[in-house]
Amino acid sequence: MLRGVLGKTFRLVGYTIQYGCIAHCAFEYVGGVVMCSGPSMEPTIQNSDIVFAENLSRHFYGIQRGDIVIAKSPSDPKSNICKRVIGLEGDKILTSSPSDFFKSHNYVPTGHVWLEGDNLQNSTDSRYYGPIPYGLIRGRIFFKIWPLSDFGFLRDSPNGHRFSDD
Amino acid sequence: MAQSQGWVRRYAKAFCKGFFVAVPVAVTFLDRVACVARVEGASMQPSLNPGGSQSSDVVLLNHWKVRNFEVQRGDIVSLVTMGHKNRYVKVPRGHIWVEGDHHGHSFDSNSFGPVSLGLLHAHATHILWPPERWQKLESVLPPERLPVQREEE
Repeated sequence: MLRGVLGKTFRLVGYTIQYGCIAHCAFEYVGGVVMCSGPSMEPTIQNSDIVFAENLSRHFYGIQRGDIVIAKSPSDPKSNICKRVIGLEGDKILTSSPSDFFKSHNYVPTGHVWLEGDNLQNSTDSRYYGPIPYGLIRGRIFFKIWPLSDFGFLRDSPNGHRFSDD
Repeated sequence: MAQSQGWVRRYAKAFCKGFFVAVPVAVTFLDRVACVARVEGASMQPSLNPGGSQSSDVVLLNHWKVRNFEVQRGDIVSLVTMGHKNRYVKVPRGHIWVEGDHHGHSFDSNSFGPVSLGLLHAHATHILWPPERWQKLESVLPPERLPVQREEE
């Protein structure tokens, strides 16, 4: 009786480890489903939207300007942030606000990217903590699954003016 | 005839089952628990690679210990590459690549890239003080930092 229970427990543990490892490999090297929270990417991604992220682009350095990415937060490595890539390494970024008379620019250093949320008024992003290393990027979000009313590929940035360097 | 066919199918089934168990488990173990790596270079002497190019240390990289990002001052850690696509850089014409002898503790071309020759200020040729360290500074290019490809003028 006890041997039967023990045997079943071991089999259960074995299957859990096996499927856990498959899940790790799938998310790490292919992609997965992600739930976003927070207002910083409105209107493109609302609070509690469920999106699909692919994690192949970052391994092949295929992340481009305008992509929405998931990255590890530079201030808290245990949490993730979801922002749009405004500039890649070497790009010139406008760092002054539109109301400033004198415009100031900064170049994105090698190995880094400049991220901004679509909701510029309510987003803590590279304008606050500076460019983040490319190595923190975990995946690229390209498809929304929920809510069904917004099902489909994600829109371009509503802030098109941020991309042109003067 | 039927028996040998059955043998092949059972083998293929067992192979697939083993493959799809072994590969994810091994990959997850190497990503999340621990892996080994050979240390290259002299930037961590004398703690690592004290023998130089004669014998490279092999170290255990313990992922499990940093799963909560807990490190102490003095720990030796490995870092994910900052995302540089190329380990090799071509120094443009009219520029030089400068490095401090103590890699990692040096704010040099590894951080700010090649430097224009127009910014060259001077060549440090001697140590003058303290008197017990009077010497001519030799021009030494560390063998592990030789250019990968020299431009033929």
